[in-house]
Amino acid sequence: MIGPMLFEAMQALSSNRLRTFLTTLGMVIGVAAVIIMLAVGSGAQKSVQDSIASMGSNLFIVLAGSPSTSGVRGGGGSGSTLTLGDADAIAELPSVKAVAPQAFGNAQIVYGSYNTNTQVFGTTDDYLEVREWPLASGAMFGDSDVRSAGRVAVLGQTVAQTLFGPEDPVGRTIRINGSPYLVSGLLARKGQSLDGRDQDDTVLVPVTAAQRKLFGSRFHGTLRMIMVQSVSEDLMARTELEINALLNERHGIRAGQESDFTVRNLTAVAETAASTARIMSLLLGAIASISLVVGGIGIMNIMLVSVTERTREIGIRVAIGAQPRDVLLQFLLESILLALLGGLVGALIGVGGSLLVQHLAQIPILISTSAIVLAFVVSASVGVFFGWYPARKAARLEPIEALRYH
Amino acid sequence: MAGTSGDLIRVEGLAKDYVTAAGAFPALRGVDLRIDEREFVAIMGPSGSGKSTFMNLLGCLDSPTRGRYWLDGRDVAGLPTEQLARVRNQQLGFVFQGFNLLQRASVIDNVALPLVYAGVPRAERQARARVLIERVGLGRYADSLPSRISGGQQQRVAIARALVNRPRVILADEPTGNLDSHTTDEVMALFAELNREEGITLVLVTHESDVAEYARRVIRFHDGLVVEDRVQTPREPIEIGASA
Repeated sequence: MIGPMLFEAMQALSSNRLRTFLTTLGMVIGVAAVIIMLAVGSGAQKSVQDSIASMGSNLFIVLAGSPSTSGVRGGGGSGSTLTLGDADAIAELPSVKAVAPQAFGNAQIVYGSYNTNTQVFGTTDDYLEVREWPLASGAMFGDSDVRSAGRVAVLGQTVAQTLFGPEDPVGRTIRINGSPYLVSGLLARKGQSLDGRDQDDTVLVPVTAAQRKLFGSRFHGTLRMIMVQSVSEDLMARTELEINALLNERHGIRAGQESDFTVRNLTAVAETAASTARIMSLLLGAIASISLVVGGIGIMNIMLVSVTERTREIGIRVAIGAQPRDVLLQFLLESILLALLGGLVGALIGVGGSLLVQHLAQIPILISTSAIVLAFVVSASVGVFFGWYPARKAARLEPIEALRYH
Repeated sequence: MAGTSGDLIRVEGLAKDYVTAAGAFPALRGVDLRIDEREFVAIMGPSGSGKSTFMNLLGCLDSPTRGRYWLDGRDVAGLPTEQLARVRNQQLGFVFQGFNLLQRASVIDNVALPLVYAGVPRAERQARARVLIERVGLGRYADSLPSRISGGQQQRVAIARALVNRPRVILADEPTGNLDSHTTDEVMALFAELNREEGITLVLVTHESDVAEYARRVIRFHDGLVVEDRVQTPREPIEIGASA
């Protein structure tokens, strides 16, 4: 039964091509808009997710200084209360996987006739593990360098590019604030952070070297912050409690007193950013779907006209034995076909449009198969939903009324 | 089943009121009739006499307000829509004044259409439709559109369509109303032949007395009642295929 009906539906649609084209236009625009908006939305989402992935997972930062807003205070990281001893103690906690103490500041880096000013991070070799940051070449400095405050440096891609161009910097000697440092390794490219900083514009040195030789003058032996990686996502709450308890005890802070440090959950911050991107993507899709509804109404409108025009045809079919459900199915098939046709053309235009947007606006886009499948399913449903009323109207026509119609 | 006794069509007290703004208007006011198998009946009467209403009731296109209707021994007066559609599809064939072919479909697809609704597979549909198109002498137009052939030819396509599902009865409402006298003779000759050679029961409504001459029985309606019911010697049909 479906076969000949499908054939007739195609015949009906091809017998009035201009009308078919204009009717599907609404669906074409709707589906294309949905696909483009979803592509832009998921592109944004993906770039946020990439930034999050580049940050490392299950992370806390412990900053020196209190989170309190009362009184006049410096910001987080401005205090001088965290020490390497604190970092080592945190590393002993059972729910902690790795710890990377950080003492950082800006410094002038010179190689030959080139120089740059960048942030120098004093840390330990665990830093790369915590940040999930591989090396492009060379090696990370080890424990002995940290113990001896060795003048060893690992360069980020941007710094290496500025100072060395395409050359491999490993084995060369650079000067940081005038002192010579041997370049032992080159970090892999990391890209932008969530807040848009270039993470590759950095130099890593042993934390002890940073403390004693580079930024040692102000707060001798202190850290700006400690990065802590929890064993797993499930243990993050426990890790936070343990760090707080441990540091309060080590710093002699009693219950009710203000802490002189701040523990911040970086993963939670990242998830907020991710959910913002998700909401934006959803919103774009929702706005675009409105045009799908408008397209569906266009189909319903034309199907109603079509039913009226073909009243006599319906009468003939009913007279020779068409069941009401046959008539219903025939008109429903026609509207589904219209909607799917619009969906198909719209999907093609949507994919093309997304690529165009990417090319012209330089926005990252992500065309997902599921968005295209969704567009098809939605357009078929639009065909059923908006075709139902006209089709039912056709199926309910009285045969003699329909045959009398001119 | 009471009152069946082998009649193909039997109606008792058949009546139809149309509800208009001015109140109920009785189009048919109680008709009793029996039509046997293989009969060729012409129904005549002025417009408004109720003959078309009667045909719509016989064709199960409409339901009577009062009265009974047995078709081939089955009470069909109060059947639900779906079953009426099946009766029209399986037991009745329709021929209309305006041919009522689907203009977008080819001749063969038009003829095969009732078989689509009967759920017959495509190969069989096409084969049976082709046989009937040959039977009405239009074999070479099978793949043409109805708009490409003459009115008389279109009416023969409509007759082929009415025959395709092997009905017991063909109901023809003014089948020659849109035809000139020559094609009228051709179409009537075809009807007469189908009745004589294949035993198909024919009921046709006409207001042309020369068309009614082909029938063996003439029933005249007036003001919603049967006023005359007589048997006559039918006119000899012309040689078929003389100008196909």
